[in-house]
Amino acid sequence: MLRIVVNGEAKTVAPETTVAQLLVELGLGDVLVAVERNEEIVPRGQHQATELADGDRLEVVHFVGGG
Amino acid sequence: MSDDALKIGEFSFSSRLFTGTGKYPDVETARAALKASGCEVVTVAVRRVDLKARGEGSILGVLQEGGYTILPNTAGCYTAKDAVRTARLAREMLDTPLVKLEVIGDEKTLFPDVPATLEAAELLVKDGFTVLPYVTDDPVACRRLEDLGCAAVMPLAAPIGSGLGVRNPFNVEIIVKHAGVPVIVDAGVGTASDAAFAMELGVDAILMNTAIAGAKDPVRMARAMKAAVEAGRDAFFSGRIPKKLFATASSPLEGVIGSTQ
Repeated sequence: MLRIVVNGEAKTVAPETTVAQLLVELGLGDVLVAVERNEEIVPRGQHQATELADGDRLEVVHFVGGG
Repeated sequence: MSDDALKIGEFSFSSRLFTGTGKYPDVETARAALKASGCEVVTVAVRRVDLKARGEGSILGVLQEGGYTILPNTAGCYTAKDAVRTARLAREMLDTPLVKLEVIGDEKTLFPDVPATLEAAELLVKDGFTVLPYVTDDPVACRRLEDLGCAAVMPLAAPIGSGLGVRNPFNVEIIVKHAGVPVIVDAGVGTASDAAFAMELGVDAILMNTAIAGAKDPVRMARAMKAAVEAGRDAFFSGRIPKKLFATASSPLEGVIGSTQ
């Protein structure tokens, strides 16, 4: 298993999990989010092709009301 | 005044009231208030998705349905680096070049960190963003931001959420007179007269959130703010009368009954 950190929380996922699969696992498959992997944005078009690696730190963000 | 368009970078707007989307009691009230305000530009914040408690759908759906131009902010960022990361995440989601740059320097006042704002503005302009920076009511800081290529400058009227109104109208007026880009008062407005007053100083637009969302009747306050911004804009162009200490009668002095002449 891969140990990763998503939004500050430790998590384990199966080897070869992609960013797209992780989002589905998190229930975010059809939600507009942006993903940063180790402080680099993973463009939406690359979510399917980007496999996670052990130790990855991810930020998954969305829009909320704000001023 | 249909020709009185507000131009910011490549964008053009007819409403000069920008509104925030935070702090509303519920999504329906937000929807109704935004509609009543007549605004075209709305701000949103970028935040981590809460992985434990997925709330109801984000406000984004309401904003996209309403056809609003979305201005993502970098609120909550305390460093240039985090602000730039946040702006890029917003662009990744919406494919918009617009960003309201906010780099906070102090938790209690939420005043901007001006050096960090300048640093982030430079990076974002180079990266192709249309940058609208929140900044102190400092004419020199505003000029520096303009020189860096920001599409507008957004001096605060008073601390965010304070409702104190324009604390330093003279600085705001100096900023207006010197600026070559639109000046948008961002933060500090409390009620409609504050908005009208700011517009009478010649600012190009006002961005507000708490004044509407925090009112007891946000929808009615939104309507008041729309009218105030329009009234202030008209008054600014109308050439107000000079202030005088003593009275000047409005009615003719001659022909008053019972006069001896």
